[in-house]
Amino acid sequence: MSRAWVDLVYLIAAVLFILGLKGLTHPRTAVRGNLLGAVAMLLAVLVTLFDRQVFGGGVFGYTLIFLGLVIGSAIGVWLSITIRLESMPELVALFNGLGGAASFIVAGAYVTATPSDETSYAVSFATAASGLIGAVTLTGSLVAFAKLAGHPLLKRMPALPHSTVTNAVVGGVTLLLAFVCAISLSYDFWFWLVVIASLGLGYCLTISIGGADMPVVIALLNSYSGLAAAATGFVLQNNVLIIAGALVGASGLILTNVMCKAMNRSLTNVLFGTLGPTGETKDADEVYVNVKATGPDEVAMLLDVARRVVIVPGYGMAVAQAQHAVRDLANFLIAKGIEVEFGIHPVAGRMPGHMNVLLAEADIPYELLKEMDEINTSMEQTDVCLVIGANDTVNPDGRDNPKSAIAGMPIINADKARTCVVIKRSLSPGFAGIPNPLFAADNTLMFFADGKQAVLDILASLKEG
Amino acid sequence: MFDSAFLLAQETAAASSLIAGLTIFALAIFVGVEVITKIPPTLHTPLMSGSNAISGITLVGAILAAGEYPGAAKLLGFLAIVLATVNVVGGFLVTHRMLEKFRAR
Repeated sequence: MSRAWVDLVYLIAAVLFILGLKGLTHPRTAVRGNLLGAVAMLLAVLVTLFDRQVFGGGVFGYTLIFLGLVIGSAIGVWLSITIRLESMPELVALFNGLGGAASFIVAGAYVTATPSDETSYAVSFATAASGLIGAVTLTGSLVAFAKLAGHPLLKRMPALPHSTVTNAVVGGVTLLLAFVCAISLSYDFWFWLVVIASLGLGYCLTISIGGADMPVVIALLNSYSGLAAAATGFVLQNNVLIIAGALVGASGLILTNVMCKAMNRSLTNVLFGTLGPTGETKDADEVYVNVKATGPDEVAMLLDVARRVVIVPGYGMAVAQAQHAVRDLANFLIAKGIEVEFGIHPVAGRMPGHMNVLLAEADIPYELLKEMDEINTSMEQTDVCLVIGANDTVNPDGRDNPKSAIAGMPIINADKARTCVVIKRSLSPGFAGIPNPLFAADNTLMFFADGKQAVLDILASLKEG
Repeated sequence: MFDSAFLLAQETAAASSLIAGLTIFALAIFVGVEVITKIPPTLHTPLMSGSNAISGITLVGAILAAGEYPGAAKLLGFLAIVLATVNVVGGFLVTHRMLEKFRAR
């Protein structure tokens, strides 16, 4: 098939990708949107198989292509069917890494196959960029994957001394190599050197980033995997790669920005900074003088007479796998005529939208899941706010205390409800490492237990009463 | 003399195709930003896994490499096909699985 026809089909695929993403703007049209994206990909792949360049490869070329497609599809199907939805963050991280790897390997294949006198600076810059971004995406994602999956191998990996300095040195060397690769047209050797340095850089950048910053890291790596594909598009001068890569790059950057705003921190601060108690932070013993503990029966009594209940989940709910118990509790309360809504903080969990997926998986209708700003407007009319495994995202210091480590971070105003019940295993601090005045507030009751067991006990108590 | 003129022409052609590519890239970024800012936080995880599958578009490049290039480059193309296909197939399927769970009352 001639190049013009192939390019025309690529254009159709690019339009379908955009329409597919547009479909994701509402849960009702989202399934169709995702299907449109898949159709676009299928079109692009099919037409590529008929490309004249691929015909040139003969039978051996086609055998390799089909073998690769079959092996890849088998692994992809197996992964996506066997994975539990609770493990979505690590799966997304893994897929990001594979995409980045594929992109720089394609650029590598181009470098290996193309004699240096047939290339230009335009292409060599793109090749260097593809090697750099793709390789950083691969190792960065693998580290994120290992962290999210709690892989034992990670504990044996060395923590980097002076991580800021190390990062700066490794980053500087990598950029320098990439520059040399870009300006030297005989770049076989330099390209693979860039790849090796970038693999190291990806590791260095992610190894020291803590759990609660994972949503930012995953979103950023998502963006990188798109940019790597776009860079490879520049190498091959292939428009569909450039467009699709740019769309994914933009998507990842927007999510990164949303996540950073939700923590009131800059991207630089998340990647290179530290978060912890400032000199002004009050001691935990000082804050927690007046903590009131409670049990299932008292919470059940409170819920029994409530008219409006808001449930605020955090990463602790995911760890305890309490989402199904939470659904049963919510359904029981709704059946009694109580208004139940969920307040979701943007950075609750380990990836953007983590809580929403968990609750949707437990068959909780998406209309009940409210964004932070929306739920905050009705917090004062709420009788009981049930916080399950959340900490920093409901810390009133973010709103009230300009000297706090999390000052300015938007929070869910759990403390404004008439009564706030916090289900948590202990008073241990959250990711920010600071005490939470909410736990000692006059209208707060602490229910010290495992999230799932606590919710089940409350439900049992409600049913008895 | 001929040689340098030829190289110059080659460089100019490369530059104009680079500019064309950058134009497409810049416009696509704007389209992406416009579309994606409208996606509600509820769907941010499916957005990530779905857009991640789209970034597997590099599969197209991998197929071209495995078909067109000789020797070692062909094998690199094959490796890239496997990785990108896992990304594409797994990504779209798992996004579908997730989206099916988002139900209305």
